[in-house]
Amino acid sequence: MTNPVTITAPEGLPFVEIEREFDAPVAAVFNAHRDPELVKRWLGPNGYEMKVDRWDFVPQGGYRYLHVDPEGEEYAFNGTFHSVRENEFAVQTFEYEGFPDVVAVESMSFEDLGGGRTLLRIHSTYPSLEARDGMIQSNMEQGLTEGYARLDGVLAA
Amino acid sequence: MIFDPGADDRLDRAFMALADPVRRGIIARLSRGPATVNELAEPFAITKQAVSKHIQVLEHAGLVTRTRDAQRRPVHLDAAQLEALTAWIDRYRLIHEQQFRTLDALLAEAPGPDAGASVAPDAPIARRGDSAEPGAAAGHAREEI
Repeated sequence: MTNPVTITAPEGLPFVEIEREFDAPVAAVFNAHRDPELVKRWLGPNGYEMKVDRWDFVPQGGYRYLHVDPEGEEYAFNGTFHSVRENEFAVQTFEYEGFPDVVAVESMSFEDLGGGRTLLRIHSTYPSLEARDGMIQSNMEQGLTEGYARLDGVLAA
Repeated sequence: MIFDPGADDRLDRAFMALADPVRRGIIARLSRGPATVNELAEPFAITKQAVSKHIQVLEHAGLVTRTRDAQRRPVHLDAAQLEALTAWIDRYRLIHEQQFRTLDALLAEAPGPDAGASVAPDAPIARRGDSAEPGAAAGHAREEI
């Protein structure tokens, strides 16, 4: 069974909140974020290879990685790890090098739910609404809102 | 970076097709199974020709197909196309969903050959302390008091 992911992008505020539970102990979830060999195996979209230039998941550490699509196109991301507290919390910056200087601040909290379960909560703050929405909508900006409204209609019919 | 212009056109047509309440009603009906034009026309206070026109729009948008079945020509919903539509809307969420599922699988893995370097995820039942599985010890390596 998989747990659903909840993504909230409040209207008018440059935030994204993501929540997801894992059927694994908090130490394992945390370590899957710390160990670059493990990170490579899950971070990013399907079908992309991840190359890690740097991954120091420690306070005042940093990272740079590339997602390589099946055609060999590379998408690079970098940032710093500001705070990292084992099995508990981390804050990082996040920058897509295709849009330099648009930097999000992301906090991640790892909550032990007991019974070997973990709640991961990510709160991302973008420098502007446009940056936030651009991130979410990627290159498909038009019609998202209308799309949702129409889909609502389909589902409600 | 993923979508080609052709896909864009198809999305445009699909959303335009769904901008009409009668066509949404038809899609909703077809989600429960194929139906003929007559059957589809029943709930609407409009002519059969008008319903046929709506079906043509949906057909053009790739949302429905028509097959010949003896004298009947039932209309079918193309669920994959509708899914492509919702997948586009939901792309950001789906990327995370997929990514976290991969993480699930990673966390559920039995300790591999190189597990010494990382925390081996223990099965939920192993937490109760009544398990003597060989993998459990590694899983508790970081759980010092």
